[in-house]
Amino acid sequence: MSETVLDVRDLEAGYEPGVPIVRRASITVNKSEIVVVLGPNGAGKSSFIKAIAGLVPITGGTVFLDGKDITAAPAHTMVRLGLAFVPQTENIFPLMSVEDNLKVACGILQRREIPARIDEMYAAFPDLVRQRRTAAGNLSGGQRQMLAVARALVVHPKVLVLDEPSAGLSPKFVSMVFEMLAGIRKSGVTILLVEQNAKAALAIGDRAYVLVEGRDRHEGIASELWNDPVVAELYLGQRPLGAQRTGHAARGGTA
Amino acid sequence: MSLQFIVDGLLTGSMIGLGAIGVTLTYSILRFSNFAHGDFMAWGTYATLAVVSAIGATFGKVAPIAPLSFGWPLLVALVVGMAFTALLALLLDRVLFSRLRSQGQAIIVVMASFGASMALRSLLEFTFTSRPTYFSRAIQIAMPVGFGIRITPDQIALLLLTAVLVLGVHLLMTRTQTGRSMQALSQNAALARIVGIDVASVVRVTWVIGGALACVAGVMIGILVQIRPFMGFDMLLPMFAAAILGGIGSIPGAVLGGLIIGLAEAGAVQLIGAEWRAAVSFIILMAVLFVRPIGLFGVRER
Repeated sequence: MSETVLDVRDLEAGYEPGVPIVRRASITVNKSEIVVVLGPNGAGKSSFIKAIAGLVPITGGTVFLDGKDITAAPAHTMVRLGLAFVPQTENIFPLMSVEDNLKVACGILQRREIPARIDEMYAAFPDLVRQRRTAAGNLSGGQRQMLAVARALVVHPKVLVLDEPSAGLSPKFVSMVFEMLAGIRKSGVTILLVEQNAKAALAIGDRAYVLVEGRDRHEGIASELWNDPVVAELYLGQRPLGAQRTGHAARGGTA
Repeated sequence: MSLQFIVDGLLTGSMIGLGAIGVTLTYSILRFSNFAHGDFMAWGTYATLAVVSAIGATFGKVAPIAPLSFGWPLLVALVVGMAFTALLALLLDRVLFSRLRSQGQAIIVVMASFGASMALRSLLEFTFTSRPTYFSRAIQIAMPVGFGIRITPDQIALLLLTAVLVLGVHLLMTRTQTGRSMQALSQNAALARIVGIDVASVVRVTWVIGGALACVAGVMIGILVQIRPFMGFDMLLPMFAAAILGGIGSIPGAVLGGLIIGLAEAGAVQLIGAEWRAAVSFIILMAVLFVRPIGLFGVRER
């Protein structure tokens, strides 16, 4: 049994009291795993992951990171606790240079280790080096996503949490982003992501959960879920996912 | 026309610019127009004056520093005044603005700042009366520096002080982690929290910088013009004009905006008469915004 990094139990969360969007959802993420949370539109996937990151009020349940209860921790303390979050949109500071975007996220590092750590990020994401003085708002969609991930990784998080990293990207960039995530996992980082693009996410994932109406309804090995009839039923009502045209029904906003 | 308006304009512009830095920071980071900012200037100036008097009472008469009209007591008092004004800004935020801000309606905070402005001003009038007062009644001889321009040692010292402070704030904003955090918060508050920035502490830094610089601007007015309870309130519109002209959120923009408005006002006094002073800065403001609605150094939101 591998070591559990993130343990979410019976999580209930929502913006208004009495109107939970997430209703008793439970997942675990083990060390160096990629865990994918899937679900139809409006299933509460995005709220679920934001609640874990401290951005949506939690009304019940617990979140443990490395055995430590972080349920009530404010959002700005999450990086110090070891959880780095990459939002779906507006995940960079558009008027700051690429380098300043990385530097501003280094608040918890020792001052003297920052330059070396930023060089490591440039080594891992060579596309960013050439743009280091560019305002981040001028980057292409794929490069922005790369910068957002680099910014999250710069503080050595125990778990990297991403909300729909492929949203709004052209197909070429989608495969680039997922290759990048697979590479990051190889370097030992634990990853939890929410995705609409089920096929691409399951291709790199180890395990996956299906969230429906704010609840975790199904769990399995990522590679097996693609043709799992239970998933197909939960996810879309009928046909197995593999019989669908890739993710076309899944595009659009998130809940 | 005499070129003297350049010196006058740069001095007025420095006062406006130092005040506009606080206005632009509050607007871009806390997202409201703080109408009480002018009154921070006046309170800082009276606090400085009080400390100068207290030092005078304790140490007796202190000789001014060579060519200047003031001695070390004013410099010490200025530092105390800056700290006092920063604390005043923090206190006002704690008891008034932060509570209203958490309810999320910017217009309510703006109105509250207007009320705070009136209350602060009235308190000053109540305590110190509305009669003008001065740091020093000594008259300084202006030195001719060519082209018909004359300048006093005080004026040179204050222009230098402004330059040092503006450079210092600019470096703080662009080269330090605190400055980057302030930029981040002004661009995307939610993401700022995600990357680990403690919003409350950045807000405190913003008030400290704005308050301290307001005090310096007020003391400059006190040294070069006079000290009155309305001294800050009268600067409010030029300060907002400078902040908007320079582009909201930009420190160099606020200072440049201040200098442009200061020079325009001084030029207008010479060319078309003092009664047009205020109008000219607004004509320039409108003209610039017509061509470039985001201000000189402003950046379009992407």
